Amino acid sequence: MHAVRPHGRLFILLSFGAAMLLRILPLPAELAKHNPDWLLLVLIYWHLALPEAVGVGVAWCIGLLADALTGKMLGQQAFAYSLVAWLCLKLYQRLRLHPLTQQTLAVLGYLFLAHGIDFWILRVKGDGPFGWAYWLSVPLGALLWPLVYLSLRHVRRIFHVR
Amino acid sequence: MKRIFAKGPSVNLRLLAALLAAAALMAADHRGVLPELRAALVAPLYPLQQAVNVPIRMVEKLWEAFSSYTALVKDNQRLKDEQTFLKTRLLTYAALEKENIRLRTLLDTTYKLGEQLLVAELLAVQMDPYQHVVTINKGSRFGIRKAQPVLDENGIIGQVLRVAPFTAEVILITDPNHAVPVQVVRNGLLTVAVGAGRSNQVLLPYLPNNADIEPGDLLVTSGLGGVFPAGYPVASVATVMPQSGRPFALVTAKPLAKLDRSRELLIAWNRDRSKIEAGENAAPEAAQPVAPASDARR
Repeated sequence: MHAVRPHGRLFILLSFGAAMLLRILPLPAELAKHNPDWLLLVLIYWHLALPEAVGVGVAWCIGLLADALTGKMLGQQAFAYSLVAWLCLKLYQRLRLHPLTQQTLAVLGYLFLAHGIDFWILRVKGDGPFGWAYWLSVPLGALLWPLVYLSLRHVRRIFHVR
Repeated sequence: MKRIFAKGPSVNLRLLAALLAAAALMAADHRGVLPELRAALVAPLYPLQQAVNVPIRMVEKLWEAFSSYTALVKDNQRLKDEQTFLKTRLLTYAALEKENIRLRTLLDTTYKLGEQLLVAELLAVQMDPYQHVVTINKGSRFGIRKAQPVLDENGIIGQVLRVAPFTAEVILITDPNHAVPVQVVRNGLLTVAVGAGRSNQVLLPYLPNNADIEPGDLLVTSGLGGVFPAGYPVASVATVMPQSGRPFALVTAKPLAKLDRSRELLIAWNRDRSKIEAGENAAPEAAQPVAPASDARR
C-alpha cells in the first residue's frame, strides 16, 4: 500500500526545499533574527494533511537538516520538531475541522512550544542573553500560517497529492 | 486506501525513539565529536545555499547593466584616485616593513611576513541575538581550516568556526561567545574585545575604572592567542563609562569591519601555520587567558 504517489512525494520534498530556502534567506541582520520557522510551518501542514505519510520520523530528519543548515547544535531542532509532530498526529482529526482562525491559534501554540524547547536547550548550553525580540518570530510565524496553509492546499489540490 | 490503524511501532514509541536519538546527538555534538557528520549533512544542502543567492546576484547584475555611463565614469575616477592614494601609502608601508624586519632581526625576534588571502562570498546569515554566524562559499576543498581569521577591507570580521567541503561557517566578532585579544594603538594597552550580540557593538569588559582609554581609540589585534595576526584594526572605542563600586568600567566599541554589509570576505592564511594549528583547539575561547595579562601590566 502506498500512502503517497511518487510525484506526491516529490512535491512534499519540494515544499521542504522551498521552506529551507526561506529559512536561510539573506535578509538584513535586523530582519533575519525575526525570520519565522518556515520549515515547522510546512511540517505542521503536512502532519495535518497527510499524517500517514509525514510523521515523527520525517519531522526528525527535517529537524536534523535544519540544524545543519542553521548552524545549531545537531539534534536541537530535531527534538522540537518530533515533539510537535507527535502533538499534531494526536490532534490532527480535530485540527483539520477547525476554522482557519482557530487553527492559527493552535499553530501559535506549536511554534511557541518549538521555540520554547530551543530556548530551554540554549539556556542549558549556557547561551544568552535573550530579550523579548527572541520571541518575536513566534507570532510572526503564526500570522503566516493562513498563507502557508492556503497556498500549500491550493497547490496540493492541483497536483492531487493524496 | 488509507490505513485506519497504523502499522509498525506506535506514534508514542516513535516519539520516544526520536527524542532519545535527538538528545544523544545533542550530547555528542556539544562535545564536538561529530564534525564529519555535520559536514556530511551540510554538503547536500550546498545547492540550496547557492540557489538562495541567485536572485540577489541577478539584481546586482541588472544594477550593473543599467547603471549609467556617468555613474561608471565617476566610479572609475574615484577608484583611480583611491588606487593612487593607496599605492603611495603602500610605498611607505613597504619601506616601513623592511625597516621593521631589519630592526627585529637586530632584536633577534621573529617577524610574521604578510598573509595569503582568499576572497569568499557570503552565502547565508544566521543572526540570532545569541549567535552571529555567517556561511561563506569556500570550504575545506579550498584549504580552509577551523580558526582561520576572516577580514574585510576595513578590519577583522571573525574566524572560521566549522568547515564543510564547499562551505564554511564564520563566527563574527560580535557573537556573544566570541572574544578577540586586542591592543589600544595609542598606548599599547592589552585587553579583550567580547561580542555583545549586536551587529554594531563589542564590549571591553576587563578594563579597570582608571584604565587609560578614551572614545575614539583604535583597537587592533594584539596577536596574542595565536588565532588573529597582529596589527589588524578591530574596532574603535565608542563609550567609556567608569562604574563606581564595580571593578571594571563599561567600555563599548564599534567594529570597523562592515559586519552586516560586506558580501565579500577575505580569509587569511598565516605564513606561520604551526601557530594556527596550535590555536585551533582553543578557539573561539582562545582569548580568555589574555585578561589577567592586561591587569598584570599595570
